[in-house]
Amino acid sequence: MNKDNQILEELTSSEYKYGFETLIENDSAPKGINEDIIRFISAKKNEPDWLLDWRLKAYRHWITLKEPKWPNVKYPEIDFQDIIYYSAPKPKKELKSLDEVDPELLETFKKLGISLEEQKRLTGVAVDAVIDSVSVKTTFKETLAELGIIFCSFSEAVHEHPELVKKYLGSVVPMTDNFYAALNSAVFSDGSFCYIPKGVRCPMELSTYFRINAAGTGQFERTLIVADEESYVSYLEGCTAPQRDENQLHAAVVEIYAETKAEVKYSTVQNWYPGDKEGKGGVYNFVTKRGLCKGYKSKISWTQVETGSAVTWKYPSCILKGDHSTGEFYSVAVTNNYQQADTGTKMIHIGKNTNSTIISKGISAGKSQNSYRGLVKVLKRAENARNFSQCDSLLMGDKCGAHTFPYIEIDNSTAKVEHEATTSKIGEDQIFYCNQRGIDTENAVALIVNGYAKEVLNKLPMEFAVEAQKLLALTLEGSVG
Amino acid sequence: MIDLLKESFRKFENHLNGSGKGHWHQLRKEALSAFSSHGFPKSKDEEYRYTPIGRKLEKAIDFSNIKPIAEHRAQGEKQLFHDADAIHVFINNNAIHIGSLNELDVNGIDILSLNTASKKFKGEVESHFGKYANVRKDSFTALNTAFSYEGIFVKVSKGAVIEKPIILHYGSDDSATTNFFQTRNLILVDPGAHVTIIESYTADYSDVQYSNHVSELVVGENAHVNYYKFQNQGGEDFHIDNSFISQHRDSVVKAYTFTLEGKIVRNNLNISLEEENCEAHMFGLYVVQNDGHVDNHTAVDHKVANCYSNEIYKGILDDNSKGVFNGKIYVRPDAQKTNAFQSNKNILLTDTASANTKPQLEIWADDVSCSHGCTTGQLDEEQLFYLRSRGISQSSAKAMLLHAFVNDVVDKIEIDFLHDFINDEMYNRLD
Repeated sequence: MNKDNQILEELTSSEYKYGFETLIENDSAPKGINEDIIRFISAKKNEPDWLLDWRLKAYRHWITLKEPKWPNVKYPEIDFQDIIYYSAPKPKKELKSLDEVDPELLETFKKLGISLEEQKRLTGVAVDAVIDSVSVKTTFKETLAELGIIFCSFSEAVHEHPELVKKYLGSVVPMTDNFYAALNSAVFSDGSFCYIPKGVRCPMELSTYFRINAAGTGQFERTLIVADEESYVSYLEGCTAPQRDENQLHAAVVEIYAETKAEVKYSTVQNWYPGDKEGKGGVYNFVTKRGLCKGYKSKISWTQVETGSAVTWKYPSCILKGDHSTGEFYSVAVTNNYQQADTGTKMIHIGKNTNSTIISKGISAGKSQNSYRGLVKVLKRAENARNFSQCDSLLMGDKCGAHTFPYIEIDNSTAKVEHEATTSKIGEDQIFYCNQRGIDTENAVALIVNGYAKEVLNKLPMEFAVEAQKLLALTLEGSVG
Repeated sequence: MIDLLKESFRKFENHLNGSGKGHWHQLRKEALSAFSSHGFPKSKDEEYRYTPIGRKLEKAIDFSNIKPIAEHRAQGEKQLFHDADAIHVFINNNAIHIGSLNELDVNGIDILSLNTASKKFKGEVESHFGKYANVRKDSFTALNTAFSYEGIFVKVSKGAVIEKPIILHYGSDDSATTNFFQTRNLILVDPGAHVTIIESYTADYSDVQYSNHVSELVVGENAHVNYYKFQNQGGEDFHIDNSFISQHRDSVVKAYTFTLEGKIVRNNLNISLEEENCEAHMFGLYVVQNDGHVDNHTAVDHKVANCYSNEIYKGILDDNSKGVFNGKIYVRPDAQKTNAFQSNKNILLTDTASANTKPQLEIWADDVSCSHGCTTGQLDEEQLFYLRSRGISQSSAKAMLLHAFVNDVVDKIEIDFLHDFINDEMYNRLD
């Protein structure tokens, strides 16, 4: 009952509640992108030459590419020369404890409900908080270090574990992969790096909170997770962004590398600023996420709850290369007002006896457009591949759209592939049933939507599941009646 | 290629003499310019992603010699079903022949060659021709329209119930001088009429034949149309088939597409539900062997509320064959209370066969019930074991299960001779 009250309370607050801006001095690069900017970023971060070369190569490839037009989304042309590619809170000095963190920053996290102290003391979650582009604080590092787990900011990893970064960077998402991945490879500012050594089971959920700050900056995060043989890690990523009118570009890359019998669980709650009710502003979320199940019996599982962003373009994928490897994708994507989402997954079956599951639940309300686009590919040598996909769409209101574009490509006769999709609206009888029992329509919708998305929400770690439920209700607020 | 094509077009224009003016010719010119600017679909073209035929056709077709067929006597004794109790029309790559309707004692129907109809039914042809087949959207439709001259025109009068099926036999004439065969059909079914049309492609050409057909079908209020396509032509032939069906209030259309042979077969079936309370059924079956390639693209456009569409496509892919299915259900913003279902199932018999499926839903209205499902796999081991444990040989057990698999679609055939033929053919093939 307590939880319901909370949802109720949040329903009544109308505007985007995480909209505030932290005033921290910026140390920004000038607008635009060219080789000098890339050298500037690289120099700023004291990077070794090989990484600079890698960035420049990516940039040279990027300028030959064209922005993809195939997604089922519409947005004004992005002027890539009008973006600030680097902005960081001024480096003060190496921080050793929480007290040294900018109090204003800490305040920001408090407003978001993820105060570092709280997290550190109570929840047992190690948080690598990223504001704009530089990792400010990494907690629980010592605990993890004892187990040999490396969890640090990307720039730190470049300095301290160059051999690992060099080995795995770009091994799953090559810099030439696509337009936004190439752009990210050229200008990525920071991100997280995580390495789980052989046979280690990470005792806590690792998480990063991304926030876009400073007006007019794009955020180009790069996350690299490497799970060595027989290891396990569950990684959380959560996003809230401050309210702003200007459109912001977010082109992140996430790479996951799973060795023999390793398991990686990657959960996202994405709640970037979606723009106001007229569709003005909001974040463009163009993300490349991919996991490689390299070894025998490895497993990668993506869970995402997408409620924010003006435009989302994202396909967390699994390459099932190792025999008996498993890929999973659980997604809830909610769009309201003028939001647009084109999201889904790719499951590429290469190894023998590989298995994949796709559960996608789309909810569109207001004047939004929500598309599922997915690929299931079974290669010739992938004996006994198994896939089950289910893509449901829920429509609320007669101005929104729900679209399904599944691609199924099967080259092996032993494959068993099933795909199911349905589109419908919330039944009047269901609403009536709730009304009759004294639940008003808005709450009834929240209740039904939660039930509809349960299958996916259940896959989230506990802390996230609660937050995600609240987010669902919040996003859909005002979409009925 | 484009230059050769334009040259051919000039020859064609000269050949037209007096009829080289007016509305129809305007459409041809438009289509030619549309085709010239796009050419054949490229491999990157989303609609032809899995069927990259553009380059092959560019090489194979003699563009300097694209000739329309003319109306004179075409031989049809060799054709399958030529002795069926039906109204027969014979078309080959050289000529069209329409049997005498008087002898058959059928009323309420006119079957003419399109060119003759453009004079006799000038108003109808002008108002419908090229209205449904969009030359801007598809290159093959554009190429067909540019050189459109002959084909079949069928008009079923208001309220007429035509009991005998009309069979359009597409055949071959070895004296033909071109390897590229295009026909253009226009079928008008007036309100309340009932008709069954079978397009049968069964010829085995001595040379490789490339064909590109376009049919436009207008179904009036409360009319019932059963529209069959039976494709069983030579194993080396390329066949592109475009159908555009426009349905009016309370009409019911059942479209059947059976593909049993062909090197590359591409079927574009477009159904547009223009008025309320329409029903559209699409049944498809493709059984492909050797290195055959069958691509079925269907699109149902729900433009208005309260319509129903249902689609079942099944495929059995053997040897090195490839099956492609792309089904689109498009529900426009005002098309509330739409019911749309789609299902595609494939069985791969060998490791070298492949299936690419892309069922699509694009829904812009909220009060709808739409679903699609597709599966690709092989026969159920447990079912096989059940039959084997009862003393049935592996091969007949397989045949039984495959037969059951296709039965969903085969059983929907309402014409006995076609049903029996396909049923027998299935037994022969699958055993």
